[in-house]
Amino acid sequence: MEIHKPIKVALIGNPNTGKTSLFNQLTGLTQKVGNYPGVTVDKKQGTCRLSINQTAIITDLPGTYSINPTSVDESIVLTSLLNTTDKDFPDVIVVVADIENLKRNLFLFSQVKDLEIPIILAINMSDQMDRKGISLDVETLQKELQTEVVLISARKNIGIEAVKEKIANCAKVSITYPLCSINHKIDGDYFKQLKAVSPNHTLYELWLMITQNNFPESITDEEKIKLLEFTQDVSMVKRYQHKETIYRYQQINEILKRTYKIDRTKAKDLRGKLDKVFTHKIFGYVIFFGVLLLIFQSIFDWSTVPMDFIDAQFANLSEFVTKQMNSGVLRDLITDGIIPGIGGVVIFIPQIAILFLFVAILEETGYMSRVVFLMDKIMRRYGMSGKSVIPLISGTACAIPAVMATRTISGWKERLITILVTPFTTCSARLPVYAILISLVIPDKKLFGYFSLQGFTLLCLYVLGFAIAIVSAFMLHKLLKVKSTSFFVAEMPNYKLPSIKNVVFDVIEKTKAFVFGAGKIILAISIVLWFLASNGPDSFESVADEVTNNIENSNLSATEVQRKIASSKLEKSYIGIMGKAIEPAIKPLGYDWKIGIALISSFAAREVFVGTLATIYSVESDDENTSTIKQRMRAEINPETGEKRFNLAVGMSLLIFYAFAMQCMGTLAIVKRETKSWRWPMAQLIGMGILAYVASFITFIIFS
Amino acid sequence: MNTIATLVKGEIGIISEESLDVIPLKLLEMGCLPGVEVELLQVAPLQDPLYICVNGSHLAIRKEMAAQIKIIKS
Ligand SMILES: Nc1nc2c(ncn2[C@@H]2O[C@H](COP(=O)(O)OP(=O)(O)O)[C@@H](O)[C@H]2O)c(=O)[nH]1
Ligand SMILES: [Mg+2]
Repeated sequence: MEIHKPIKVALIGNPNTGKTSLFNQLTGLTQKVGNYPGVTVDKKQGTCRLSINQTAIITDLPGTYSINPTSVDESIVLTSLLNTTDKDFPDVIVVVADIENLKRNLFLFSQVKDLEIPIILAINMSDQMDRKGISLDVETLQKELQTEVVLISARKNIGIEAVKEKIANCAKVSITYPLCSINHKIDGDYFKQLKAVSPNHTLYELWLMITQNNFPESITDEEKIKLLEFTQDVSMVKRYQHKETIYRYQQINEILKRTYKIDRTKAKDLRGKLDKVFTHKIFGYVIFFGVLLLIFQSIFDWSTVPMDFIDAQFANLSEFVTKQMNSGVLRDLITDGIIPGIGGVVIFIPQIAILFLFVAILEETGYMSRVVFLMDKIMRRYGMSGKSVIPLISGTACAIPAVMATRTISGWKERLITILVTPFTTCSARLPVYAILISLVIPDKKLFGYFSLQGFTLLCLYVLGFAIAIVSAFMLHKLLKVKSTSFFVAEMPNYKLPSIKNVVFDVIEKTKAFVFGAGKIILAISIVLWFLASNGPDSFESVADEVTNNIENSNLSATEVQRKIASSKLEKSYIGIMGKAIEPAIKPLGYDWKIGIALISSFAAREVFVGTLATIYSVESDDENTSTIKQRMRAEINPETGEKRFNLAVGMSLLIFYAFAMQCMGTLAIVKRETKSWRWPMAQLIGMGILAYVASFITFIIFS
Repeated sequence: MNTIATLVKGEIGIISEESLDVIPLKLLEMGCLPGVEVELLQVAPLQDPLYICVNGSHLAIRKEMAAQIKIIKS
């Protein structure tokens, strides 16, 4: 039997029409997320078996209302459709449309159809037809559109086989026709000359190239120069675009008049009633803050058990490997570098997954759009958009996916400000640092006999994170001179019950992105740290001998000698030298060189702080077997004052430092990718660094 | 002069032909065309943005935009 080459299929459609649902139905668990070359938007692909000897590779493109893009997400669709020479250029396009708003969905369809690529129209949500009083004459519609039309319900799994069949057949057909001949209705001469520039491209392709200034590789330099001449008269091009839009809608109206009927009286007005509550001027905000509280509460409540479990498993693993392997550099690397490194990533999965679970449910139900509507005016005062709320909430799990979530914001300045302030929100990597410092310096008392003082401090740090994000957004708004036309339009989708399949897939996908994105960096840093702590310049090797010589006559036990050696070794290692070097700079904040080591190591990822201190104090401790890291830190004495090292002033100063400083290599890398320059991540690093230094200095003075 | 921003909640107007040049392409593409009915469904708590229904699409747009789109009250 001959196996055919897989058919490449792209799913295109308005947002919320069920592209992802259809994609999930077609591909199941075969999907993976990659990147479009050169751009930062994720590309979701999966395979689908059409028949015994034929498969299809399905790509889920970002949702868009038109081929003409207004955001980063949307520009992907245009680029994928213009690059006819690209190896991923689709053989077949499936336009997914929502039956309830067929008119607007057909607008995008009409544009795609004009590119003359084999195309199928899948009209989704057919399960809603009865309830909404909709009837559709599929036969006539097929004829009018000169396209295969399938009625489907991605949610109820209806019509999916028909889509597969049509894909298999459609790829064989090569002749397609444009739906709207834009030329003669607008300006016959102009478009005739335009078409003459390149015979290998359709008129609509050429028109898109000049209006969107997007020239694919298939265009020669010579042709490009000619094409650019057509864009000289900007206002004329704009007028033609407007005319084109109106003309398309006219044609669609004609077609729908003959094929589509909707009984408006049948549409039950659930939307109106729910909107009244969710966008109410008091209840709207009350509900929103209630939802936020619920989310944060659940993140804490539900994640402690799995996190403790993961922690214990990695500790067991380390112990197991220590027992199994012969001692040596390799064993140390695995037990002190790699295993804690991986553990440091895995431990965050529960919190991140729970947060994304909530975000996915809120988006699926349509509630998130109401939050955007409710918050837009408030956020605009701080130079952001209602759409900035989603990244700011996601930032409490991890700034990396949060920065990626800003792509839907169309105004560049609003998007940039959101990206710049998102790292202030209290991400889950700060939690272990906060947890250990709070339990060290804040007394375990109850406020008013009920609230735990420690819990209250943690809450304050959360609020502080949001507050500083808002304040700095406001300053950036006033200071930044960035040219940008902010254009805001948000669709308010219908309320829907979330589909479990979609939610689960979404959570898996985003969690995976975190694990492999941030994970690589955290793991690499852990290994580098391990190396820096276990190696040093020339004198490092002779430390052991020196220590033994010095204390020859004192009667210390063998283990005490070992500890003294380990402690001196750390001091003489590369990282010890670095800690000593920055000691003068951090002394005003109340820190010593050991905390300096922790600061340096958490420069790459904050959560490393706890692990580093554990390493430092485990080699220094007097009573290793019984005490935990916390007890060892508590026992640490500041030799200059004779007091505890981690007193209230130092603890508070450190908390503030970790709240403000940009200590996350992963975020810096993603900001670089999303803003396409090093300028903004560097500004973040320096700005947040200065703020952290000054604020912790002041905090230290206040509390000492 | 009547614009989308002068509608009261629940009121319907028809977008006038002269608005064609001021409506951004994106809004046109979403169905906000001259000659089409537009209904103001909700106003956000701080009077901005506005939540409208036009040509079957439910959209939230900002007031400054809405104030530029002229309508004829029906
Ligand atoms: N009633 C109904 N809802 C659907 C159907 N397909 C998808 N949905 C829902 O429509 C919403 C948007 O779906 P999604 O696949 O995320 O759309 P996308 O934005 O185009 O990727 C989700 O709440 C889905 O559960 C369907 O056939 N019928
Ligand atoms: Mg989707």
